[in-house]
Parts: sequence; structure tokens; C-alpha cells
Amino acid sequence: MRIPFIYNVRSVMQRPYSTALTALGIALVVAVFIGMLALANGFAAALAKTGSSANVIVLRRGADSELSSGLGRDVASMIAASPHVATGTDGRPLVSPEVYVLIPLGKSFDTTQLANVVVRGVSDQAWMVRANVKMVAGQRPTSGRPEVCVGQRLVARFPHTGIGQSLHFAGRDWTVACHFSAAGSAFESEIWGENEQFMPVFRGEVFQSITFRLKNPAAFDDARRALQDDKRMTVDAHRESDFYSQQSQLLGRILAILAWAITSIMAVGAVFGAVNTMYAAIAARSPEIAVLMTLGFKPSSVLTSFLFESAVIAAVGGLIGCLLALPINGLVTSTTNWASFSEIAFSFRVTPLLLLNGFLFAVVMGLIGGFFPAWRAARLRVVQALR
Amino acid sequence: MKYLPLVLANLGRHKRRTILTILSVALALFLFASLRTVVTTINASSRFGGARRLVALNATGLVFPLPLSYANRIKAMPGVHNVSWANWFGGRYGDGKRFFANFAVDPESYLAMYPEIVIPPDQRQAFLQDRTGALIGKRLLSEFGWKLGQNVTLQGTIFPGDWTFTVRAVYTPTDPAIGDDVLIFHHAYFDERIGRAGIAGWYIVEINDASQAPTIAKQIDDAFRNSSSPTKTGTEREFQASFATMWGNVSLLMGTIGLAVVFAILLVTANAMMMSARERTGEVAVLKTIGFSDRLLFGLVMLEAGVLALTGAFLGLGGAKLLYKATNFNAAGFLPGFNVTTATLILGVAVAVGLMLASGLVPAVRAARLPIVQALRHVE
Repeated sequence: MRIPFIYNVRSVMQRPYSTALTALGIALVVAVFIGMLALANGFAAALAKTGSSANVIVLRRGADSELSSGLGRDVASMIAASPHVATGTDGRPLVSPEVYVLIPLGKSFDTTQLANVVVRGVSDQAWMVRANVKMVAGQRPTSGRPEVCVGQRLVARFPHTGIGQSLHFAGRDWTVACHFSAAGSAFESEIWGENEQFMPVFRGEVFQSITFRLKNPAAFDDARRALQDDKRMTVDAHRESDFYSQQSQLLGRILAILAWAITSIMAVGAVFGAVNTMYAAIAARSPEIAVLMTLGFKPSSVLTSFLFESAVIAAVGGLIGCLLALPINGLVTSTTNWASFSEIAFSFRVTPLLLLNGFLFAVVMGLIGGFFPAWRAARLRVVQALR
Repeated sequence: MKYLPLVLANLGRHKRRTILTILSVALALFLFASLRTVVTTINASSRFGGARRLVALNATGLVFPLPLSYANRIKAMPGVHNVSWANWFGGRYGDGKRFFANFAVDPESYLAMYPEIVIPPDQRQAFLQDRTGALIGKRLLSEFGWKLGQNVTLQGTIFPGDWTFTVRAVYTPTDPAIGDDVLIFHHAYFDERIGRAGIAGWYIVEINDASQAPTIAKQIDDAFRNSSSPTKTGTEREFQASFATMWGNVSLLMGTIGLAVVFAILLVTANAMMMSARERTGEVAVLKTIGFSDRLLFGLVMLEAGVLALTGAFLGLGGAKLLYKATNFNAAGFLPGFNVTTATLILGVAVAVGLMLASGLVPAVRAARLPIVQALRHVE
């Protein structure tokens, strides 16, 4: 027969301080756990959302990032003529040969702190090739004029990024004509302008990457083979979505490993706390336990009862931890993505799944912490305990 | 101190609780020291830099090169002692999973400028004489099992193709911020293979007098202001610091987590102390009856908390120090010179003292204020 749960709940309330301290300890572990994984999640999500699976990005063979790549105009025109490229409503191929460079910009809060910001020179078609990019304010830069469009995540963090203001880089002034959003992706940390204007001021007659929309997204392998086997060029073709998730792998993995390492060490400490609490509880209540057993409750019922008690304390801690971690959802932070060497801004992402994991993590801590004390309770000798 | 045996006996009564509490304090301080060391290592690398060394970059950004012809012009400027140049190579070894820095330098002038890079004289000679030779950090030697004289092939990511170098020399850095996992090779060979493009990623300028740094930096920038590649010159320390800021909010993040860890363990310790105190209410009353003063009892409880916190701190901080030293940890090359500093250890001990005060205070005050008559009622 089961011992009624109300017995545990009331017992827990008998010693509020000790219970609260244990639960809070667990809450902090859960909050750190959720917070760190939210960081890793947010970073991975920002890059994963950047690429589209319908797009292909072409780099020079062997280049592991856009920065280290270089492609000539001949390659751009060969790709534009490829039968795998989709065509837009105006009948032109959806191809964007792009110039990709990093420039140092001083941050708003401290202009001596420089960050490497991506400047991307795109073709007219880029706005259609990248389906997730949307103008949120201003007018699209006019071809031929020194105008740029700024990703909305840059606006608050860097000075001179308001519409109508001018940014100075590559020895010239560029008027900010518009702001764009890109569904929270890494594009929002970039400055876009016209590729033909950027070419002469940066690296000369060379594109860094060519991105195009696939006519048939399922035919990626055919397109890739056609491009890579083409003797006229030495290129690698990647699905855009894969390319950007690849870029997040290094830092994403570091963050995830860090999250697990830190929280598991913390968790051990918190479990020790739970063990102490439960042993003390059981020692104080051994006469009660003896009475329960005398009444005919089986040792196994005592075991489950105390395990349950420990799990309840931990679950309360888990809930508090989730609540503590919730406010960080959406908080914007930035770091350098070492795979591309550029700074990207992204937001912490607390997902329901993550909250659930945090909660389960707490319950598991409670069960582990409660097991040995509960085992001891179940094996209590009735006669001795009643003395 | 004559009461120490009494305190130890009290702690020994619940051996399991004492051990678990000490271990949780130890884990907390281990984490605290590790997180803190991440921050101090990044800070140390940002403070690295010879006072007499300036770095000149392309003003447009660090991915843009400068013409090699600048070397002679800079060298001719007054106050300049020597000039060297380097170019980031970004080669990948094997599957590329283990990243390490590799760049081409002008070897003779570079090594002359960096006394922090220590090489046995015969190896130094061998490296200087072999155009396709490579100078590597001692960690790469042990990590990949390379040997002197062995050929090592890197795949160029920026400069395509397979690049084979012969390991000619191994260096040991005297300053940990330099990193012991770098591969350095001849700029002349690099330049030849990329078709004599005549480019340098950055210039290192050694000046005669450190106090002249701002003047000379301005002089260099002024000289190239109207050329196709204007420069941005600063001290080497500023150059390093700009890399450190790229980590963004890491310090804040590590600090916040460290705080949460310490606070979580404070709860565990405080709980343990309160449980012990509650169980001993009767005893405290007896001690008071036989003449222990309130102040003494306060001190005894505090001492007990102190033994828990400081033993834990000793284990945790000592463990961190020894572990990172023994494993030669450097976070896969990201944090060269990872070492728990004395300042961190002292801070850790301070945290432990804080832990003692915070966890012992409530039970100690309670013990000191305990009315004897009431408490003795509990004693059966």
C-alpha cells in the first residue's frame, strides 16, 4: 500500500527553511543550466536560420569561409547561366555574386572597442535570393549611389547607423538608406551594399561567394556535381543552410560543452545538499517511520514515499529555476564567431523544451539525492527506531 | 585554539554530512577558480605586448594586406630600430578539427624582435637556413607527435593548395600569452608561392624609445594616409586588446555563473550548519550551564563553519591549480597560458571566508542568544 502523498507534503512544510535552502540551491543550478543552453541555442539558431535549404553558396575550392574565398567574374557568369538556377519574375537568374569583407567599427557604448563587422556587397537579386531578408525602414539603396542598408541588430550597437546618417569605411562615406531584418539570423549583423561599388574599394575584381536559388531544391546534388565537375572553375558548392550551421559548430559545441561541464559540477554540489537534507529529515523522523512500518506499510512504500518527498523538493527548485531563467529569453548579446571572425549579435533562446529539460534535470537531482537516505529509511529496524 | 578538538569532534559526529558539505564547497570553489581563470587568461593576453613594439595594420580592416614595399619606408623613419612583417596563413592540418594559428614571417627580423620565443641555437640556425622550414610551438610537437626534420603538410584555406614544411625548430615561449601551439614559416617562401604578390598582413615595428610610441605611430600613419593602403598603427598591446574584446561579454557571463555557483553552495553549507545547530540545541544549553560564555559559543559555531568552508576551499582551489597545471590545459588553443593565478587563489579564500560568515552567522547568533531554561526543556 502507498503512503499518502499528503504525509510528505506536510512533512516538507514542517521544516520550511531547510527545504527552501535546498530547493533554492537546485533552482540556481537549473537556472544556470537553462541560461547556458539558451545561449548555445540562440547562437546556433541565429546561424541555422541564416541559410536557406533552397539556396546554394559557391566558394573557391578549399575555402572554409567566405573570408578566405575568391571567385572571378567569369565564374559568376558561368553560374548565372547554369540550368540549375531558378529565375525570378523578371526572367533574370536569381544569383547574387557577393563581396564579403570585415571592417572595424567602434561600438556605441565605447567607440574605442572595435568589432569586426561584415560588409557584404550584393547584387540586385540578393533581396529575392534571400527570402528571409525584409526591409523594415527606409528605401532600398539606389544603384550607383554610395548607399548601404544596415541589419537591424547593428543599429543600436553601432553609431551612425540611423537612416540618413553616414558611415565611414574604406575611405568613403556611405549613406544609410535602409534597415533590414532577417528573422533573427546572422544577416542582421551585416551591412549590405552594391557589389559593383564595393569591389573597387575593397579587394578589387573578385567576389568572395556566389549564392543562387535552386530551380529544384531537391536537385542540390545534381547542381553540386555539375559545378564541381566543371573544368572551367575550381569551386565547392554548399547548401546554404548547411554552410551556416557548419559555421556555428565550433562555438556552438564549445558553449554546449561548457554548459554541461559547469552544470554537472554544480549539480553534484546541489545533490550533496539534497542528500544532507534528506538524511537529516529521516533521522529526525525515524520514530514516525517506525510507526508507519508498525501500521503495516511495507519498506518499499517507505522508499517510494521518501524518494517522492525528495523529488517534490527538487521539483519546486526546478520550477523556481525555470522562472529565474525565463527573463533572459530574448536578451541580445554578441560574440565573435571564430569560424568567420566576424561579430554577430543573437538573442538567448529559452524554448519550452529547454524548460522541460531543466525541470526534469531538477527532478533527477532530487531522485539521486533522495535515494540513499530513502534506502536507509526503508531498512530502519522498527524496534530500535521506536525506542 | 584549545577548542579546536571540540569543534572537530562536533564535525565528526555526522561524518557523512561533513564530508558532503566540504565536497560541495570544494566543487564550488573549483568552478569559481576555473571560471575566474578564463577571465584572467583573456585579460593577461590583452595586456601582452612589448612596450617597444608597434603593430601597423591596413586601416580598412585586418583582412586587408599592406604592400611589402612599406617595410623599407618604415625602417628609414627616425626612432625606428627594426621592422618585421607577417601574414596570416590559416592553413588546416589533417581534418582541421584541431585548430592552431599559423603564419608566415620574415624570420630573421621577427625572431630578433621576439626574445619571448626561445629556440635552441642550432635549431634556430637550421630554421633560418631552410626556406621551407617551419618553427613550431612545443605543444604541437607533443600533440601531433611530430619530430624534428619531419615534413608536415597544411592545406591552405586562404591560399589554396598543399603546403609542405619541414619542422626545423621547436620554441618555448617565456610569456604564456604568446601561445605554444603556433606554426611559423618563411615569408619569402610564402611570397614566392603566391606569385610574388608582395603583401604583408601586418608590420611589427620595433622602436628605440617606448615613450615615442604615439609620435612614431602617427608618423607612420601620416606617411601612408594618401596611398591606396592607409595604415593604422598602435602599440602591440592595443592590437592584442582588440582581440580580447572580441570575446564580447564572456567576462560578464563567467562572473554571473561564478556568482550563481557560489550562492548555490552557500545555501547547501548554510543548510548543513543550521541542521547541525538545531540538533545540538540541548548541548549548547548544557555548555552554557557549565560556564561557556555566549561569545565563546558564537565563536565555536563560527569556527565550525570556518573549518567546513576553508577545508573545502583548500581542496577546490588546490585541485584547480594542480589539475590545470598537470594537464597543461589551454582549451584547445583558445586560452594559451591557462593558469590559476595567486590573485584568483586569494580571491577564492576570501569567498570561502564569506561563505563561513554567511553560513555560520544565523546558527552562531542563535547559539549565543539561546535561553538555557527553554533549551534544556528539549533534553529528555
